[in-house]
Amino acid sequence: MYKYDQYDQAIVDARVAEFRDQVARRLAGEITEDQFKTLRLMNGLYLQLHAYMLRVAVPYGTLSGTQLRMLGSIARRYDRGYAHFTTRQNIQYNWIKLAEAPDLLAELATVEMHAIQTSGNCIRNISSDQFAGAAADELADPRPYAELLRQWSSFHPEFSFLPRKFKIAVIASDTDRAAIQLHDIGLQLVKQDGELGFKVWVGGGMGRTPMIGHVVREFIPARQYLSYCEAILRVYNRYGRRDNIYKARIKILVHELGAAEFTAQVEAEWAHLEPLALDAPQAEYDRIVAQFAEPDYDLAADDGLNRSDPDFALWVDQNVHAHKQPGYAIATISLKPVGGIPGDASAEQMELIADLAERYAHDEIRVTHSQNLVLAHVRKADLYALWTALADAGLATPNLDLVTDIIACPGLDYCALANARSIPVAQKIAERFADLDRQHDIGEIKIKISGCINACGHHHAGHIGILGVDKKGEEAYQLSLGGSGAEDASLAKILGPGFSEAGVVDAVEKVIEAYRTVRSGPGERFLDTYRRLGDAPFKAAVYGAPA
Amino acid sequence: MRLLTGNILETGDVVWWAGTDWSLHLADAVDVGADGDALLAATVAAERINDPALVDAMPTDAGPRPRTMRERVRGAGPTVRPDLNREPSHV
Repeated sequence: MYKYDQYDQAIVDARVAEFRDQVARRLAGEITEDQFKTLRLMNGLYLQLHAYMLRVAVPYGTLSGTQLRMLGSIARRYDRGYAHFTTRQNIQYNWIKLAEAPDLLAELATVEMHAIQTSGNCIRNISSDQFAGAAADELADPRPYAELLRQWSSFHPEFSFLPRKFKIAVIASDTDRAAIQLHDIGLQLVKQDGELGFKVWVGGGMGRTPMIGHVVREFIPARQYLSYCEAILRVYNRYGRRDNIYKARIKILVHELGAAEFTAQVEAEWAHLEPLALDAPQAEYDRIVAQFAEPDYDLAADDGLNRSDPDFALWVDQNVHAHKQPGYAIATISLKPVGGIPGDASAEQMELIADLAERYAHDEIRVTHSQNLVLAHVRKADLYALWTALADAGLATPNLDLVTDIIACPGLDYCALANARSIPVAQKIAERFADLDRQHDIGEIKIKISGCINACGHHHAGHIGILGVDKKGEEAYQLSLGGSGAEDASLAKILGPGFSEAGVVDAVEKVIEAYRTVRSGPGERFLDTYRRLGDAPFKAAVYGAPA
Repeated sequence: MRLLTGNILETGDVVWWAGTDWSLHLADAVDVGADGDALLAATVAAERINDPALVDAMPTDAGPRPRTMRERVRGAGPTVRPDLNREPSHV
């Protein structure tokens, strides 16, 4: 894992001191809320429905045991004993007191964490593949590139006041586990003529105007990707709309210019930038790569697995993935117990997972954009002991990518922007489909729920997407089908008129039962059935026979 | 009826204008009626309550019931954590 150097630590410590002074001045009445609001948002502190919410950055979703233990400790001492892992691989606290926020941030800084650039019109936390460094199908660990992007984008003076927020994701596999085509910039590490480089997508995003990104470069050498990103940001910063918040994201600029013209402008800008040698020197890249060295694997680790415990075998089949190192596996910890709150973890659970990561997983934890946690390097021989400990803490739900593994934003239960509650819908759907045999028969299906058009719950990318809307002060829900955030990215399409909360749960069940009826066989995923047949059978199931 | 509400600067807690002071409990909220706009302006100027706003509500035997789901959730707390709620009957 990357360790802060003196500059990283000094920057974060200085920001804590600066914010402490700003908070003191606000509490003393020396500055107004209008003056202060921008400052607190620059430090990730939002005012939500019930209290202040602090969003803490988890760079490319990677945590050490020490960091996760601190996050648990903070939940207990500064919050109400729990926190929420988000779809951007971050963590949010829901009940923060303004006066205590500087102390909280100072404690975070002791474990090399902060909340900087988790809000505002700047480059946000860089996200990545939760299996990075462990996946059997990756070209190389993408996180050194993500870390370099983090350093480049942190306090970048030119990009601190962009037209709108900006999100970048980096992967190194053909399998996209980070939804890169739905980011402002998506980078996939590829190889061309023996050289590593990136395929570059620009202009993807969700929100009120969802769009799939366009490929603007099939290959940019890895040694030049930073200056190429700089060129993209420069074009956006210069021409992105600042007159209309709803048209300010880069996706709108790319759409209005056309991908070809946008690409031409980026290339022209890059032609100016390239001779300036803005890219990181090889020595700096090597310094970072060295900190992502592979764990000290047990090369004699047994590659076999004792599956005699049927519950353990069930968990292995659903939540464990192949590792590139023989004798090792990748274990996903579901934060989606049936009836639970997707992505929530208690202080005790975080501390336990930190302990287990130190004991069994080379001291690394990953946060997934699906609001689960991953232990990326577990010896197969340790999987049973790990599973036993997780099961004792209610953390061994074997439902990864099944119907109960639902993404849900905080929704109207917490969020000041939300129109409708998301979590209760997720809970009711999970309870409706609690039977594990039924879940397995349904197979892979990704339900994603957002409480408003901002789409933090990724409903546009759901095989089944649910959007909460406001209908004269009451909650209502739209149902969409056919989205995907994977390498086969697509946007979900609204099925028809909306529903009440109870109605949308029933509608989801009708859609899924229709799928079980019309699928070509148990091996055909819901998404593939939808793509083969279109929405007609699902419309008929939900709304009755077509007119 | 109209209620005046906002969040306390120091804690972020939701509060309701109860006639002479702010209350953490929706049940204490009073109808600000025609005084609402002046109270709101004074609250804004005082800079101690964030996001102050007037919200519509209906009187009930259990106290005021905001017309929108959003304000009912604000008044009671997250519906998915009843252990944290103040007044669950209002959601």
